[in-house]
Amino acid sequence: MTDFEAIAAGVLAGERLSEAVAVTLFESGRLAEVGELAALVNERRNGRRVFFNVNRHINYTNICLNRCRFCAFRRDPGGPGAYLLSPGEIRAAAAEAFSQGATEIHMVGGLHPDLPFKAYLEMLGAVKSASPALHLKAFTAVEIDHLSRISGLTIRETLLKLREAGLDSLPGGGAEIFAEPVRTELCADKISGKRWLEVMEEAHSCGLRSNATMLFGHMESLSDRVAHMALLRELQDRTGGFQAFVPLRFQPGNTAIGPDEARCGGADDLMTIAVSRLFLDNFPHIKAYWVLMGEGIAQVALNFGADDLDGTVVDERIGHEAGADSPRGMPRGEIVRLIRKAGREPVERDSLYREVQRS
Amino acid sequence: MIDAICKTIEAGGGLDRSDALRLFLEAELATLGRVADGIRRRLHPDNVVTFVVDRNVNYTNVCISRCRFCAFYRDEAAPDAYLLDKAEIYRKIRELEDQGGTQLLMQGGLHPRLRIEYFEELFREIRRRFPGIWLHSLSPTEISHIAGLSGLTLEDTVRRLREAGLDSIPGGGAEILVDRVRREVSPDKIGWEEWAAVMREAARQGMPTTATMMFGGRERPEEIVEHLFRVRELQADGGSFTAFIPWSYQPGNTELGGDRATGAEYLRIVALARIVLDNIRNVQASWVTQGARLAQTALFFGANDLGGTMLEENVVAAAGCSFRMEREEMAALIREAGFRPARRTTGYEILEFW
Repeated sequence: MTDFEAIAAGVLAGERLSEAVAVTLFESGRLAEVGELAALVNERRNGRRVFFNVNRHINYTNICLNRCRFCAFRRDPGGPGAYLLSPGEIRAAAAEAFSQGATEIHMVGGLHPDLPFKAYLEMLGAVKSASPALHLKAFTAVEIDHLSRISGLTIRETLLKLREAGLDSLPGGGAEIFAEPVRTELCADKISGKRWLEVMEEAHSCGLRSNATMLFGHMESLSDRVAHMALLRELQDRTGGFQAFVPLRFQPGNTAIGPDEARCGGADDLMTIAVSRLFLDNFPHIKAYWVLMGEGIAQVALNFGADDLDGTVVDERIGHEAGADSPRGMPRGEIVRLIRKAGREPVERDSLYREVQRS
Repeated sequence: MIDAICKTIEAGGGLDRSDALRLFLEAELATLGRVADGIRRRLHPDNVVTFVVDRNVNYTNVCISRCRFCAFYRDEAAPDAYLLDKAEIYRKIRELEDQGGTQLLMQGGLHPRLRIEYFEELFREIRRRFPGIWLHSLSPTEISHIAGLSGLTLEDTVRRLREAGLDSIPGGGAEILVDRVRREVSPDKIGWEEWAAVMREAARQGMPTTATMMFGGRERPEEIVEHLFRVRELQADGGSFTAFIPWSYQPGNTELGGDRATGAEYLRIVALARIVLDNIRNVQASWVTQGARLAQTALFFGANDLGGTMLEENVVAAAGCSFRMEREEMAALIREAGFRPARRTTGYEILEFW
């Protein structure tokens, strides 16, 4: 690629990548060059540090009104394997996590057809009653939209009520891929990309931080990926509320999308991490989510522009229902080892990227 | 400093052991990948990535070597020790042939009672029954053992095996070609010079060979560099290595124990190997030890071949590492990475594009 040096020089001089150039990078096949540049850009921002946290996932229900074709986790109400955790069970999981050193609970579920709004407030309260010190990152924009509809409140009012009940920040799920018609093909029932962005904008204006995800490796094109990132970059320019971008590799197991349409990943995961680091110049962090990438590729991603490996997770269910071949959780020591073996310095963070000191 | 070394390499200049060590220890992973990818592009400008359809047949797990990193070997008296009977071996090869396979990788242990006559008879019969199968079998360790047990020189042993039908010798048992490491991980195995002697003899008699490296056991970085340079020097001195194949030590069920090397460490090794060994045409990615995703990534770190589909593999599986790959999957992962998949012979001739 003869243009590469010019692109690199522009990036290093602080120029923004255009969507067209981002697509060119994706298509260049020059994985190591793009990765090298992304690693450099990341190093300017985050130094040699790689963040992780001690967290636990709690999926309060797998019952969901939406029938997204990429999802292997959802169940119909009363269907085999359908469950809904009680506030007591949620509290117990959070208490156990806290006793094991967790600083964050990541809690998401499905769009339950008849759970009232107050049940969600109780869930938040259950986590906080286990320990008020736990940071509670809960409910994707898709769930927030659902809660606003069942409560009859505006998005803003919904968020404020939830915050009062203990919500500290929002995860970045449910973004999938914004581009139509792929989104309709993948998840016709789900809120639109526009709506997802509106919810996030409102959350940021309430002072709630969030992440942003992108589900990739199914039927989307490379320009769909870049267009997705462009919408995130545009919103971030206005709010500054996104902490990390988290590309999620689609897992084809047990889903309505055949493995024929899925890619194996690996090189593509790394290219996606690298291009996102270069393109999303206003995102502080790029996360290599080891659950879906696998530990090996996620670790390599730390040399391709990512500066966050996510956390201990403990009990991951959504990716594993779809055949993720990683473990369900990772001990702190293993996370530290992976980061060190990638030649980086592990830093345990809290949910707002402040360093956690442990004696 | 790293920049200067990279520029020298890119200009086609050589590098010495201390430059290689510095690169290995200090270069960014993606930088190593970029330099290695440049060499891969120079040697394989057509962007083809190859693989072979093969089967491992492990004729015995009885082995007197007792390497501390190995989970496969058994003492002869052990309840699960085995020696396949010949009918079983032929049945396995028939299966390979029926599925369009071309390469037989037959390896076992250092069996205390199998002399050269056993192998001569076996190879002659395989050659007679399956003339289309390429016999890529026995490691230098086994050849040295057979020579000792049969009271023969290496020259006579290699010649007789070749006359019986052996086509090429895979480079297993190289581990790390530094005796300090070998004493620690495989004290009863041949030293590096004997390994080299078998490969020199095979090359002298016109047989293709390959070279391997098992890293992640007890070696130091400078010993990895030493291994690569010893292989490089053997090749420069009339060697017949068609490929270099690094893989990582698998700690499951072994006496040596410890951690499995990580993905980033594996890719560093692949890239360094491609850079140092620019006199060996092919570098294989090891999906068997790394899985499909890292093996695919290795194609951007200097590898141009994915080895065999391995209808059967027992040795790595015994150490708790088990990946499976069909040829369609292999071709798909190559194509997805932007390369042109091709099925090859053991001699790296292309049989068909996919």
